[in-house]
Amino acid sequence: MPSARGFYLENERAVLGMATVAFVLVVWEGLTRGWWLWRIEPIFLSAPTAIARTAVQLFATGEIWADLGVSGLEFLLGFVTAVVAGIALGLAAGWHRQTAFALGPFFSALNATPRVALLPLIIMWVGIGIWSKVLVVFLGAVVPVYLNAVAGVRTADPRLLTVARSFGSSTPRVFWAVVLPGAVPFLLTGLRLGVGRAMVGIVVGELYAATAGVGFMITVAGATFQTDKVFVGVILIALAGGLMIESLTRIERRVETWRVKVGAAA
Amino acid sequence: MSEEAWRAAEGASRLRTFYAKHDALLIGIGTVLVFLLGWETAARSGVVNPLFTSAPTRIVRAGYRLWAEGDLWRHIQVSGTEFLAGYLMAIGVAIPLGLAVGWYKRLYFCLAPFIDALNAVPRVALLPLIVIWFGIGIWSKIVVVFLGAVIPLLINTFSGVKITEVRFLKVARSFGASELRIFWTVVLPGTVPFIFTGLKYAAGRALLGVVVGELYAATAGIGYLITVAGSSFQTDTVFVGILSITIAGVLSVELLNRLERRFDRWRPDARSRP
Amino acid sequence: MAVKLEAKGVCVEYYQPRTENRLLAVDDVTLHVMDGEFVSIVGPSGCGKTTFLGVVDGLIPASTGRILIDGKLVTGPGRDRAVVFQDASLLPWRTVLGNVLYGLECQGINSRQARERARHFVEMVGLQGFEHHYPHELSGGMQQRVNLARALVVDPEILLMDEPFAALDAQTREVMQEELLDIWRRAKKTVLFVTHQIGEAIYLSDRVIVFTARPGRVKDTVPVEIERPRKLAVKRDPRFLKLEDQVWELIETEVKKTMLTDRSVRSLPTDAQRDAGT
Ligand SMILES: Nc1ncnc2c1ncn2[C@@H]1O[C@H](COP(=O)(O)OP(=O)(O)OP(=O)(O)O)[C@@H](O)[C@H]1O
Ligand SMILES: [Mg+2]
Repeated sequence: MPSARGFYLENERAVLGMATVAFVLVVWEGLTRGWWLWRIEPIFLSAPTAIARTAVQLFATGEIWADLGVSGLEFLLGFVTAVVAGIALGLAAGWHRQTAFALGPFFSALNATPRVALLPLIIMWVGIGIWSKVLVVFLGAVVPVYLNAVAGVRTADPRLLTVARSFGSSTPRVFWAVVLPGAVPFLLTGLRLGVGRAMVGIVVGELYAATAGVGFMITVAGATFQTDKVFVGVILIALAGGLMIESLTRIERRVETWRVKVGAAA
Repeated sequence: MSEEAWRAAEGASRLRTFYAKHDALLIGIGTVLVFLLGWETAARSGVVNPLFTSAPTRIVRAGYRLWAEGDLWRHIQVSGTEFLAGYLMAIGVAIPLGLAVGWYKRLYFCLAPFIDALNAVPRVALLPLIVIWFGIGIWSKIVVVFLGAVIPLLINTFSGVKITEVRFLKVARSFGASELRIFWTVVLPGTVPFIFTGLKYAAGRALLGVVVGELYAATAGIGYLITVAGSSFQTDTVFVGILSITIAGVLSVELLNRLERRFDRWRPDARSRP
Repeated sequence: MAVKLEAKGVCVEYYQPRTENRLLAVDDVTLHVMDGEFVSIVGPSGCGKTTFLGVVDGLIPASTGRILIDGKLVTGPGRDRAVVFQDASLLPWRTVLGNVLYGLECQGINSRQARERARHFVEMVGLQGFEHHYPHELSGGMQQRVNLARALVVDPEILLMDEPFAALDAQTREVMQEELLDIWRRAKKTVLFVTHQIGEAIYLSDRVIVFTARPGRVKDTVPVEIERPRKLAVKRDPRFLKLEDQVWELIETEVKKTMLTDRSVRSLPTDAQRDAGT
């Protein structure tokens, strides 16, 4: 029979983490209910139970699905095109010096500018519909994907390249068989960073000018002091981002173990 | 071969070696020039409407005008203040906290859920809340800058402490160093490169915070300038604003790189990574 | 002469949380070193020599058994001991001089004399002119010499040396051996010296202790009764060669043991080892 102390030591991280979270939630709830010395209007701070209630309600009435759908579509369109374009351009630039020289200044400039600063321009050009968000998501995600793809190709071990060439491999074969597999971890890192940028793009795009979407919901709720709803939106965004990052990290780990196994067998 | 032809051939080969030496720069400048010229021509010839696309020369003129009138400088001051205040606050919180969280395992266990949660939320999504709490003045921007910058800096500082090399700790312990001395002579110096990576990343996040905060709700600042100009179709001014932000971003990273190099003399590969 | 250092039934068990394995590294080591004596430990790789030195220094707690110095129980690192670490472990953000000063600083000594003293030891290990270089600007052998100077400068009574000369070229090694013997004789230090080189062990020591393969136990102790000071030519003395043979025979069977077990491990790698290897 394990003792309580033994259990604590085994699960210290989980126990301490949950205890602190529980503590903060109770303090928060108490602040808006006047359990402690003073009370803060729930309209400013909301409260854990109020947020939970609102979340249930939003899902029960199905109200939230329309916004989630719009944001999801914007994300998907922008992110997928960014991944395709970023990887294609990045691989080309990593392999072919002159392409890199030509594209370099543009991507550097884009990288130095927070892409959301382009929103006023984008809205002017394509309006406040979903396409402005798709575009800002694209611009946000394409830069890290591109930069990492370039780095991935460039780190290809020159010795491996020489070996492959000395076996008479043609250039495309070397690229597919040697360079691309080596670049995969970099591509995944690019995707992970890209997800983060894309989330920022969605949120800011919808905060700034939109007619639907989770970011839009947050703005409207904020402007009308529905703090509970703002929190629900923020949590949904965090969950979506966290989920995507987590799945990419899983894939990354898979790829890493596969690489280790290859290395150990060789 | 005649003398002239020989000269020409020699000249050509010189040109070729010059090109081979500076091809990166030449191709880069070339493409950018082609792009700018194409843009200008398209706008002037009416292929595109300069009201929407602006043109390089129009942007330069607008920039000069805004500068001369002092408008640009006023907005830069506001944005700069927000940036600096939020960024410095983030440094003041993130570095000590990151060191503490890296050193004391239990503290990390307590704070990990919050750090992870904040890391998962794009901090700009908190703007509607921040505006409710702090209003649309300068403080809401300072807070969003702070939140944007504090997380990457905290996480980097923390990771730096985490990977402190055991063998260095052994040396220090063997010589009977106190915990405090171990911290100052072993843990902190090893963390410095991580702190710099964090500082650079945080500068980007801070800049994003300024821009988004001002786009969303403000009464002054570069982001505000861009929004107002955008909604009144002053495309030239929009571009001037965007360029100012880009320059600020480049300058801050360059500044940090310089600073890093001064702290970095002991490292075998001082080449900073992105 | 009094006993300076005593190990009584020292066992060290490493616990690997990942595989939940317990690994016995040092098993019931009992030995002593007299005041002013120079004793070497030799043994196959991975037999627990570094671990044992760690216990003597107080860095690694013994699972059972204890270390006594001048009859007093060791509970942690102390000023009376200094280690020359196997991997130089120089702080990369400190210059050569800064690293040599480090031990003194840790003991709260940071005066002008301290700097002078550090400079003196930097010169002694032949690194004058490199005082302000960073470790990554030094060769492996030079780093190892800084490591040696760092331990010597705090003037410990007992020097614990973990293969200090392994990274040096043959000529430098012989010069350093001379230097070490000189310091040992003049400053009357007690030295516990780990090496893989049997010749080095015999040349330097009063006694050579041979460890078994892991878990490390004392297999045998070989006294070196060759008069001092010893000239380099002593390495061709018949007595020296006989001792070398004797120690080599003791070790040979042990080394073979580790090679055999290592090979059996390699043919059947566990996940943990595969992880560790890459
Ligand atoms: N921190 C550790 N955790 C777990 N096992 C360890 C640790 N340090 C050493 N070991 C194990 O203990 C055994 C003894 O290691 P030690 O470093 O003392 O050997 P050694 O005799 O100094 O070897 P070498 O001559 O190669 O330096 C080895 O099998 C090693 O795998
Ligand atoms: Mg060892």
